[in-house]
Amino acid sequence: MATEILMPALSPTMTEGKVARWLKREGDAVKAGDVLAEIETDKATMEFEAVDEGHLGRILVAGGTEGVAVNTPIAVLLEEGEDASAAILPKAAPAAPPPAAVVSAAAAPSTVPAAPAAAAIRAEPDYTGETAHMTVREALRDAMAEEMRRDANVFLLGEEVAQYQGAYKVSQGLLEEFGPKRVIDTPITEMGFAGLAVGAAFSGLRPIVEFMTMNFSMQAMDQIINSAAKTLYMSGGQQSCPIVFRGPNGAAARVAAQHSQDYASWFAHVPGIKVLAPYSGADSKGLLKAAIRDPNPVVFLENELLYGQSFDVPVDPEFIVPIGRARIERPGGSVTLVAYSRMVQVALEAADMLAAEGIEAEVINLRTLRPLDIDTIVASVKKTNRIVSVEEGWPYAGIGSEIAAVMMEHAFDWLDAPVARVCGVDVPMPYAANLERLCLPQADKVAEAARQVCYRK
Amino acid sequence: MATTRRRGKRPAEPDAAELLGYYREMLLIRRFEEKAGQLYGMGLIAGFCHLYIGQEAVVSGMMAAADPTDSVVTSYRDHGHMLACGMDPKGVMAELTGRSGGYSRGKGGSMHMFSHEKHFYGGHGIVGAQVPIGTGLGFSHQYRGDGGVCHCYLGDGAINQGQVYESFNMASLWSLPVVYVIENNKYAMGTSVERAAAGTELYRRGAAYNIPGEAVDGMDILAVRDAAFRALGHARGGQGPYILEMKTYRYRGHSMSDPAKYRTKEEVSRMREQHDPIDTLKAKLLANGVVDEAALKEIDREVKAVVTEAAEFAQTSPEPDAAALWADVLVEA
Repeated sequence: MATEILMPALSPTMTEGKVARWLKREGDAVKAGDVLAEIETDKATMEFEAVDEGHLGRILVAGGTEGVAVNTPIAVLLEEGEDASAAILPKAAPAAPPPAAVVSAAAAPSTVPAAPAAAAIRAEPDYTGETAHMTVREALRDAMAEEMRRDANVFLLGEEVAQYQGAYKVSQGLLEEFGPKRVIDTPITEMGFAGLAVGAAFSGLRPIVEFMTMNFSMQAMDQIINSAAKTLYMSGGQQSCPIVFRGPNGAAARVAAQHSQDYASWFAHVPGIKVLAPYSGADSKGLLKAAIRDPNPVVFLENELLYGQSFDVPVDPEFIVPIGRARIERPGGSVTLVAYSRMVQVALEAADMLAAEGIEAEVINLRTLRPLDIDTIVASVKKTNRIVSVEEGWPYAGIGSEIAAVMMEHAFDWLDAPVARVCGVDVPMPYAANLERLCLPQADKVAEAARQVCYRK
Repeated sequence: MATTRRRGKRPAEPDAAELLGYYREMLLIRRFEEKAGQLYGMGLIAGFCHLYIGQEAVVSGMMAAADPTDSVVTSYRDHGHMLACGMDPKGVMAELTGRSGGYSRGKGGSMHMFSHEKHFYGGHGIVGAQVPIGTGLGFSHQYRGDGGVCHCYLGDGAINQGQVYESFNMASLWSLPVVYVIENNKYAMGTSVERAAAGTELYRRGAAYNIPGEAVDGMDILAVRDAAFRALGHARGGQGPYILEMKTYRYRGHSMSDPAKYRTKEEVSRMREQHDPIDTLKAKLLANGVVDEAALKEIDREVKAVVTEAAEFAQTSPEPDAAALWADVLVEA
C-alpha cells in the first residue's frame, strides 16, 4: 500500500521548515534508516530518514521549498511490486492538519481542576500514659530504636552514626543493638549515600539518612528533590520512596555562615516531600516515628541547641504524632504567634513577657511545615485577629512569607493588623558573638512585633 | 512477545532458540525506536526523546545473562532497556505520546518509566543520578540476601560525574552486587570522549577502588553476553562491583533535535555498514545455517506487527484525565 511521507517535526518547537534537498529520487529503492532528504529547521539542517522499506513513488514537495508545515505530505512511498500509478494520491493540501499533540493541547480545558480537599488529620489524643524525662537527643534515639525493632526494613546510615555513636550522639547505642548491617557508617559522601538510600527505598527498604547537619544536605539536594520527591508522580504512582532525611538544621552556636542555616523553606517549597520540624521531646519522638512509618520521603529538621534539653516524653511505643497537625503550646486570645523548632521556645518566652503586660499570646508550634496545618492557624486568628510568624530562616520567600500568603487567602477578613514576620536577618550568619545574636530572632523582638500588631507601645 | 531475559545459568554457547530470541529482541528495539522517531516527526511525541538505535546489543547481551532477581536502572536513553526487561511495548509507546495507557500514565514521558514487576527502576533524567540509585539497589540485594545483582547503566558523559565515584567507593567498600555498564557511544551529546575525559579507557575508572573493569565490543551481542556472565557472576558471588565499558555507537542524534554536526557522515555510515549489531548477528545466523532468510522475514513481520500495534495503542489511548494532575504527588497513607 502506498504510504505518504509527512513533513517531520525535528525539534520540540518546530512548526514548519524547508525541504532543503532530496537524497533519493523517484523510483529509488529505500531501506529503513536511509536518509531521504535534508530538512532545514530554525536551528539546523537535519537528515530525514526512512522508517519503512519500499521505493520512492513520487516526490510531492520539491527540494528547495520553504515554509513547509509539519505533517504536510512530501512524498509517497510504495511497497515492493507497486507502481507509480498507485501513487496518485490527492494533491497535498496547502495547509496540513496540525499535529495531534497540538490539537489536544488546544482542546484541553484551560482551567486547572481544583485540588482535592486534604483529608482531615486528627490530632493525637491527649497522652495519659507513662512518660519519662529525657533529652530530645534520647527521644530521637528511642524513636529510631523502636521503629527498627518493629520493622526489619528500617536502617540508619550516615557519617559517624555507628562506631562514633553519632556526631551529636543521637544514634547512641544503636550499633550495639542492631549491628553494622543496619547502622551504617558512610564515607563523607552526601550525594552518594543519599542517592544510595533512595535506590534502597525504591526497592522497598526504609532508610533513615542522617546528615551530620542539614547544611551538608545541599550536596545531596538533587537526589532529595529530583530522585526522592518527584519519582512517585513521574511514575504515575508506581514508584514510591519511603525515606527519612534527618539532621540538625538552623543555627547552632558560633559556627558561622556555612554551618548555620535554616533550610525549612527550601524543602517546604517542593511537592512530593513532607517537611517536619519538631520542638519538644514528645514532638521529636512521635514525629520521627510517624516519619519512619510514612510511605513518602520526609525531611526531618532537628536542632542542635534542642538536643540537650529535657522534656517529659511518652514511653508507649505506639505514641505517634500525626504529620500535618500543629500544636497549641499556650492558649491566648490577644495575638497568635506561630513558630517551629527552637523558635517555639523563643515565642513562649515572648508570651511570658507579653503576659506581664496583659497581652495573652497564643503560641502555635507548627511541627509540620509541609503539609501546613492551615486550619489550626486560621482558627487561632479568627480568635486573636493578629498574627506574628517567627523563624530563624531568612525573610525572603521564607516560611513567614507563606504564613502571610495563607492569611491573605484564608483569613483576610479576620485580620485587624498586617501579618508581622520575625526572621533571621537577611545576611549570611556572622561568627562574632554579638553579631550572631543580632542575626537571630530573640524573645524581645518577638514581643515587640506582637505589641505592634496589637497597636500597643 | 517473549524476551531473552532471565536465562540464569550460563549455557556454554547459546542455542538456536536463544540466538533467534536475541535477534528478535534487538530488532524489536530497533523498529520500536524507528517508529518512535516517526511519531516524533508527526508531532505525536514531544519534548526529549533519546533513541537507542545502534546500541541494541548492549542491553540485549546484558539481559541474556540476567537472573530473574536482578534489577535494572539506567539514564534517559531508556526505551531499549524497558523492552529488554520485558515491559509491554504498548505501555512504553503510550508513555512517549503522553497518554493514560503509558507506564507512568502519561506523566513521566520518555525518560521516566518504571516497572516493579520487571525490576526496572527507571528511566532517570539527571545525568549520573541513576548511579547512586543503582548502587542502592545493589545494597538492597545484599541487605535482603536475594542473590540479585543491579545492572546500573551509565553513559560516557555520566562517567565524569562526581557521584559516580562516590558510588564506586561505597560499592567496593561494601562489596555490593552491582555491575556498572558504561555505554560508551563516543559522544556525550556533542562532546566526544576525547574532549571530555582525561584518560579515555573508561573501564579503568574503577581501578582506584579495586573494581575490575573490561572493555567490550558493544556492537557484538555475543561478546556482550560473554562479558555479562563474567561480570554478573563476579558480583553475584559476593566479590563486589564490576565495570563493563561497552564500546557502542548511536546512529541518531543525542536527542531528536540534534543535527549531529560533531561527527562525519562517513563515521556514521561506517559503523552502520560494518558494525551493525543486528546485521552482524543476522549474518552469523545465516552463515551457521541456524535459520534461512524466510524465517528471518517472518520475525521481521512479527516484530513489525508488535510495533504497529504499540503505535496504534499509543495514538488511541486517551490523554490523562485532568484530575490526574493532582494524583500521585504523595502516597496516601
